[in-house]
Amino acid sequence: MHIEGMATVSENVRTRSVVMAGVGGQGTITAANILANALILHGYDVKTSEVHGMAQRGGSVISMVRFGESVASPLVPYGGAEAMVATELLEALRNLYYLAPEGRLICSRARVDPLPVLQGAVSYPEDAEQRIGELAPGSIVVDAVGIAAEAGDKRAANTVLLGILSTSLPVSEGEWLSVIERLVKAKALESNRNAFLEGRRLAQEA
Amino acid sequence: MAERRLMTGNEAVALAAFHAGTRFASAYPGTPSTEILENFSRYEGVYAEWAPNEKVSLEAAIGACLGGVRSLAAMKHVGLNVAADPWFTAPYIGVSRGLVVVSADDPEMHSSQNEQDNRYYAKAAKVPMLEPADSQEAYDLTRVAFEMSERFDTPVLMRMTTRVCHSRSIVEPGEPETVAAIPYEKDSTKRVMIPGHARMRHPVMVRRLDELERFSEEFGWQRVEDGRDGAGVVTSGVAYQYVKEAFGDVGILKLAMTNPLPSRLITDFCSRYEDIYVVEELEPFLQEAVAALGFKPKGKESVPRVGELNVDNVRAAFPELSEVEPPEVRRVQGIPARPPILCAGCPHRGIMYILARLKAIIAGDIGCYTLSVLPPLSAHDCQVCMGASITMGHGLEKALELAQGEDGYEGPGSHRVVSVLGDSTFFHSGVTGLMEMAYNNGRYTVVILDNRTTAMTGFQHHPGTGITLQEDESSMVDMEMLARSLGIKNVRVVDPYDLEECRRVLTEEMNRDAPSVVISRRECVLKVRDREPVYYQVMQGVCNECGLCMGIACPALVKRGEEILILPDSCTGCGVCAQVCKHEAIEPVRQ
Ligand code: SF4
Ligand code: SF4
Repeated sequence: MHIEGMATVSENVRTRSVVMAGVGGQGTITAANILANALILHGYDVKTSEVHGMAQRGGSVISMVRFGESVASPLVPYGGAEAMVATELLEALRNLYYLAPEGRLICSRARVDPLPVLQGAVSYPEDAEQRIGELAPGSIVVDAVGIAAEAGDKRAANTVLLGILSTSLPVSEGEWLSVIERLVKAKALESNRNAFLEGRRLAQEA
Repeated sequence: MAERRLMTGNEAVALAAFHAGTRFASAYPGTPSTEILENFSRYEGVYAEWAPNEKVSLEAAIGACLGGVRSLAAMKHVGLNVAADPWFTAPYIGVSRGLVVVSADDPEMHSSQNEQDNRYYAKAAKVPMLEPADSQEAYDLTRVAFEMSERFDTPVLMRMTTRVCHSRSIVEPGEPETVAAIPYEKDSTKRVMIPGHARMRHPVMVRRLDELERFSEEFGWQRVEDGRDGAGVVTSGVAYQYVKEAFGDVGILKLAMTNPLPSRLITDFCSRYEDIYVVEELEPFLQEAVAALGFKPKGKESVPRVGELNVDNVRAAFPELSEVEPPEVRRVQGIPARPPILCAGCPHRGIMYILARLKAIIAGDIGCYTLSVLPPLSAHDCQVCMGASITMGHGLEKALELAQGEDGYEGPGSHRVVSVLGDSTFFHSGVTGLMEMAYNNGRYTVVILDNRTTAMTGFQHHPGTGITLQEDESSMVDMEMLARSLGIKNVRVVDPYDLEECRRVLTEEMNRDAPSVVISRRECVLKVRDREPVYYQVMQGVCNECGLCMGIACPALVKRGEEILILPDSCTGCGVCAQVCKHEAIEPVRQ
């Protein structure tokens, strides 16, 4: 008795994953939601997973988006993400184990000192960006906040990263923009649109 | 017909409850259950409320279902402990319209103090239980739950977990139904549980359990998925998804109704396979049941009993079932941990700093302020559950007093005991503790951190804000008057941004030979709209890098090399660091 709509092994292998890593309060849930809706619009089955509660108070947070014909687990297996979007350098390194060996890392050149660093118990690894380059060849590290500021609002930094990510996903520019229009508040729309397109342009040029 | 939508499990439960004609819902916020009520409250024609605690919410929902409308109570797993009293007797009296209780368990303790497995609550109370595995099931099973509740005259438990509540997947909703209210009729032998009545009701429950088991055998959502020969897996909830992905086409018995369990179905399934595996999160609830039927399932010897499951640890538990080699992963060592931290400008910071400096023995509670247990604030001594700060403080103080009476005692004095809890937690279950302190002659100090919201769960209102879930004005509890009316004469209010005042008042009250309440009142900084156009900066040159200010652990205050500086974008201008600095090296800048 095989249930209709259930995944078979081969379909599961085809489940694709993107991980968004950041610091509580940086808006990874919102960014993941935009991505998930764009993928749905394109016709995929989608599952996401996110973190609420205590970690949102400045802890490490991670949102996961999985898509394909039929998705089972909402959690990404280790080494299973074809792309990782990180809104902070340390969080990119911390969560690297989710990225597939050939996966694409897109990271904001942002530094948020965690508590042990604030305390001076340990220091922030000054070579974080360099280590990202070594450990994840082909990674893209950009000043997302600066680019977003130029696009109209530094708070649209995550949308710059989504724009970069967009070039490796089979979702059209029009589909992306229509989801951004639907999910972003009217007064932030213009800057988010610009931020997205700027990110997309950067990646296409690279 | 509604469109296919990406929804969290919590949103799906809310929509399903609405579509099932639910009219009444009550909850106290708690991760990962909070968004159920928030979403439900937005639907047309329903009544939804934040109750002061989970016991209240469940009792109100019981009343509402007896009143003839479908009702829902939603809570996090530990909330059901608070609601356990009505929980165990509600199934005796049964329902009129349907009553569904949602328990959102938190394996891994993402935002909880324990990871108890609430499936045992269903078994212990003889209540039927459904376990959804994604948002579509959360939607469908919630609707089924209401029907079951009415058909079998019992509350029904929807047992969710974090990865069902807070994962999004596509939901195709069904048609909404309108459910007419059942006209109220008195039925006191069924609903008034004096011993004579309860003795008549308990056998009814036992018979009902038999009927429910027959239902569970035939229930269309119990699903057998045929697979390759040899091994079969019994599973439920989100664990099913991990099994599916880790083990491909293995035979699966996926149980959606896990109390009462379908013994015959399980026996049939297990008889077909040589090796039986059980994959479930937390306790061996299913495994024990399968074993009791005479099988020898493999389960918790390999599947973690602690923390949540995922594809990787399920695969690692039974590599013999997996055809896929896990890929190589890059784990970077030595990355500084990033625990959660009080926000820049959080009103809890200043007063917790002073309490730690005064060497208070702090009986803490559940809320953002618990984060001040971490160094460098290192403020808390103990913490158990909602409201326990005041009552544990009471016991601590009595014990230290007894100890002080012994010859040669060298420990701390009882005056150092301070209980600390937030406003929402105080209304949840602190009020009875305050009564205990006043009535039983406690002489310690209770600090209520009144930040005018339930911050940790996302800023919900409570009886102390005087605003309802719908943002309507309502009556507001006067905390000072309440404390006084309970018999506490010393009730004082301080501003936690004023460290001198905090120190003075706390020193006085801690040394007073009488019970006192100190209310530390300032709105949660994330709720404040109109900020002072001020930020602070460290005057390089004046600052001698002593690092004292770093002791308050403000994320806006950072050390770069030897230099200490304030990130203007993060600083909210609270001024706490400037008061801590002994060299007047931190000064405000007007923006
Ligand atoms: S949310 Fe409010 S109460 Fe919680 S840490 Fe931030 S400022 Fe403090
Ligand atoms: S004034 Fe000081 S303590 Fe307050 S937010 Fe700014 S840096 Fe932090």
